[in-house]
Amino acid sequence: MWKWLHPYAKAQTAYRLCNTLLPYFAVVAVASIIIGWVWGLGFAPADYQQKDSYRIIFIHVPSAILSMGAYSSMAIAAFIALVWQLRNAELAVIAIAPVGAAMTLIALITGAAWGKPMWGAWWVWDARLTSELILLFLYLGVISLYNAFEDKGSAGRASCILALVGAINLPIIHFSVEWWNTLHQGATITKFDGGAIDASMFWPLMVNILAFAAFVGTVVLMRLKNEILLREKHRPWVKGLITNQTQLENQNVGDKNAV
Amino acid sequence: MRVFLLLKVENITCIRQDRCLFENLSFELPQSTIMQLEGPNGAGKTSLFRILAGFTRLEQGKRFWFGKNVVDDEETFLSELLYIGHKTGVNTQLNAVENIRFWQETHGYTHISKNDVSDCYDLLANLGLVGLEDIPVRMLSAGQQRRVALARLWISEAKLWMLDEPFTAVDKKGVTLLQEQFKKQLARGGSVFLTSHQDLTEHFEDLKILSLEYKI
Amino acid sequence: MQRQYSYRQLFISVYKKDVLLAFRQRSEIINPLLFFLIVISLFPLGIGPEPQLLARMAPGIIWVAALLSTMLGLDKIFRDDYQDGSLEQLLVSPYPTSLIVIAKVTAHWSITGLPLVLLSPMFGLLLNLDSNAMQAAIITLLIGTPLLSLIGAIGAGLTVGLQKGGILLSLLVLPLYIPVLIFATSAIDTSAMSLDYTGQLAILGAMLAIALVMAPFAVSSALKVSVS
Repeated sequence: MWKWLHPYAKAQTAYRLCNTLLPYFAVVAVASIIIGWVWGLGFAPADYQQKDSYRIIFIHVPSAILSMGAYSSMAIAAFIALVWQLRNAELAVIAIAPVGAAMTLIALITGAAWGKPMWGAWWVWDARLTSELILLFLYLGVISLYNAFEDKGSAGRASCILALVGAINLPIIHFSVEWWNTLHQGATITKFDGGAIDASMFWPLMVNILAFAAFVGTVVLMRLKNEILLREKHRPWVKGLITNQTQLENQNVGDKNAV
Repeated sequence: MRVFLLLKVENITCIRQDRCLFENLSFELPQSTIMQLEGPNGAGKTSLFRILAGFTRLEQGKRFWFGKNVVDDEETFLSELLYIGHKTGVNTQLNAVENIRFWQETHGYTHISKNDVSDCYDLLANLGLVGLEDIPVRMLSAGQQRRVALARLWISEAKLWMLDEPFTAVDKKGVTLLQEQFKKQLARGGSVFLTSHQDLTEHFEDLKILSLEYKI
Repeated sequence: MQRQYSYRQLFISVYKKDVLLAFRQRSEIINPLLFFLIVISLFPLGIGPEPQLLARMAPGIIWVAALLSTMLGLDKIFRDDYQDGSLEQLLVSPYPTSLIVIAKVTAHWSITGLPLVLLSPMFGLLLNLDSNAMQAAIITLLIGTPLLSLIGAIGAGLTVGLQKGGILLSLLVLPLYIPVLIFATSAIDTSAMSLDYTGQLAILGAMLAIALVMAPFAVSSALKVSVS
């Protein structure tokens, strides 16, 4: 009766893989976030020019990097999903999109907050901020396209196509915005001096980037697990998972009662 | 005469909205055969048709056209396929002649003359649409619109006809007309694969029947 | 008799059908143009009628209006064909879907983009563009509007199966239009200063070439998803 299942066994393997990887990512994420933030926000020296307000880079820069990193990994997953018709890759696209969007949003908000003391305005049409804003639009497009479809199979493939189209466009958009910005550069925008960042600030920044990467990895893995379960909810292995779980819980309850 | 196997289907499975419509379905459709797909509403007749025509991605199983896997040579298969689904593909803003011309041109049919419009008019007259040739199809009745869609059977040179509920909204005379056309298709070595709730056994002696069951 | 397959015949048939249908319902051609005109006349009312100010803002106004009016007709490219089943028929025809897509996009451009290009001198006059800038506006529209149709067709293909695809379509497509907007307006700006703007045109042309090669494939896979 369940013979038609075996091609989907891969989902189960993927689920197991997520389960194995998840603790490592989670531990690295928690540890490096604590280290990075305490180090960066508490101990790293204040900037001679920007005083303490520069410390927002410990959040802004990692989230900005990860927002783009997430988009590239999403595009790679989309490519794999379309070319080799792997459903797990489709699910990965869906798992990554909202996380990437959240990172983009964090980068935008922290960027704007940083802009207030730096440029004296909450929003400046700086090239990087503008690209980041467009990146957010692209993410939102993928997410809302996925949600618009009733059939989640078609939804996944449609989002993959859009993610790929976006990925091809993204460099074009990025460079055109940069070019546009140099063309229209207003007086308010002060570029950072290109000098190398001091080691006392560089290392906490690196730790924070690692922390954000591990954090994104953790959340994506959790979301991917959910997506797999949701998509495969009628398959016996998922049902088995649930019954095992409830059995365990019952046991626990029984143990407690015994105590 | 040797009878070729037109279409062979192996182990296809369809899952819709978490419900398994059919699994490991296999069947064969030889040349000069009419096959009726039966089953209650919701059994997956249309889904099967859409899988065979290639609209829905084949999750599992294979289709063979003259022994060749369709995935390897989709063009040959599509050039020998005529599919008419629930949505008939008739543009209702255009008139019947324009619709026929469009099908003819986009499928490379040369059965009726490309330049001489009288062929088209004869065909429509045969279908009982005299005097309605120049009216936008949206002004016609449902049955007449269906007849315009089915006019494709008269210009088609495809080997396999896949017709999803061809008799819907067609009157008795029209049904007879269609059945005659099916016989012509069988006579020239083609096959007809259709879904219908009508009993066709009395009209076609060697009707093959493929049944789908409704599963929960 | 032998079946006759011809890519040229297919292109002509699909193109002819769409253009014919548009001429049967002339509002399809006229409404986006009227919309364009109204948007353009809203700007002077909103920002004031000073000729210098208008001339300064004209490139942006013209192009934003062009983007918005293209969006209006975009949904129509595949919608009717999807609803009456013609799209299914085209997908089961032995011809490559991307060829059909190119034919349909070309038809869409000739009924929405081309009239815009032809009428753009008039709109330029309304906004006080000088002759240099006017010339640049016409050329950028000529290169840019096919690009808009091509990119937009991807979004249209993705949303054609959805009940309420319209707003989603703009959300998907408008961000992708940004490079076109930037280079086209910059070309007009540059020309207004009597400088050489071939660089911008070259970039627009390059983008058109890329879109012409890649978009049809993206659209056809989008259509296959929508029809499935």
